[in-house]
Amino acid sequence: MTADAARGDREANPARDALFKTGLVALIPHLRAFARTLTGDATAADDLAQDAMMKAWDARASFEMGTNMKAWTFMILRNQFYSEKRRSWRQSQLDQEAAERTLVAIDDPAAPVALDELRLGLAMLPSEQREALVLVGAGGFAYEEAAEICNCAVGTVKSRVSRARRALQAILDRGDYDRDGAAAGEAMGSILAQAERLSSAR
Amino acid sequence: MKKVSSASAPLDEARLRQQAIGAKLRQIFDDVINEPVPDEFLEILRAADNARAEPEP
Repeated sequence: MTADAARGDREANPARDALFKTGLVALIPHLRAFARTLTGDATAADDLAQDAMMKAWDARASFEMGTNMKAWTFMILRNQFYSEKRRSWRQSQLDQEAAERTLVAIDDPAAPVALDELRLGLAMLPSEQREALVLVGAGGFAYEEAAEICNCAVGTVKSRVSRARRALQAILDRGDYDRDGAAAGEAMGSILAQAERLSSAR
Repeated sequence: MKKVSSASAPLDEARLRQQAIGAKLRQIFDDVINEPVPDEFLEILRAADNARAEPEP
C-alpha cells in the first residue's frame, strides 16, 4: 500500500480507494461531532463536515494507509473551519446565533439544563481552548495527536486544555449562562466579541 | 486527621466537578456521534466515487 501511495496520485487504485472509503465513512459521525463543537450550529457543522469529507476524499492519495486516519481527517476539518473563518466574519455571527438559541433552550423548564449550560459554556471559550478540550476530553486523542491536529506544540495543547477546564468551571460557577435571556444575550455578545478579538490578534 | 480531611475536601470537590464536566462533555460529543448520518453525506461520497470509477469517455 505504501509503495502504491508513493508511486503517485495519478495512478488509479480501486482496492485502495475502497479501503479508504470504508474508513472515511466510519469517521463521518466523528467529523460531524467535531464540526458541531467548532461551529456550535448543526447546519453549519454538517456543511463543514461534508466539505472536510470531500477534501479528504480528494486528497486520499496523500494519506498513508495504516496511519491515524481520524487525526488526519480532523486536521483537514479544522483547517477548513479556520480558512472559512478567515474568509468572512460569518462565524462570530453563527456563534452568537447558536448562543441565543441555547439560551432559548435553557428557558424551557423541561430541557436538560446542565447539558445546555455546558454547551453554552463551551461556546463562550476561545476557539483554541475549545478545540483542545474537545479533542482531548471528548475525542479520545492523546495530547501529542491533538498537537498535530492543531499544528502546535504539545505543551501548548496541555496549557490550553487546562485553561479551558478552569474557564469552563468559572463560567458555570459565575452563571454567565443566566436564565435572564436579554442580559445574558448581551453578555454573551461581548464575551464572544472579546474572544474574537483575542484570537484574531494573535 | 481532621485537618487533613478539611484541607482535602475542596480539592476533592473540585476534582469531582471537573469529572462531571468531563462526563457531560463526552456526552455532548457522543450524542452527535450516535445521531444517524444524514443521507447527503453518503450520496455525495458515492457520486464522487462513481465519477472516479467511470471517467468521462
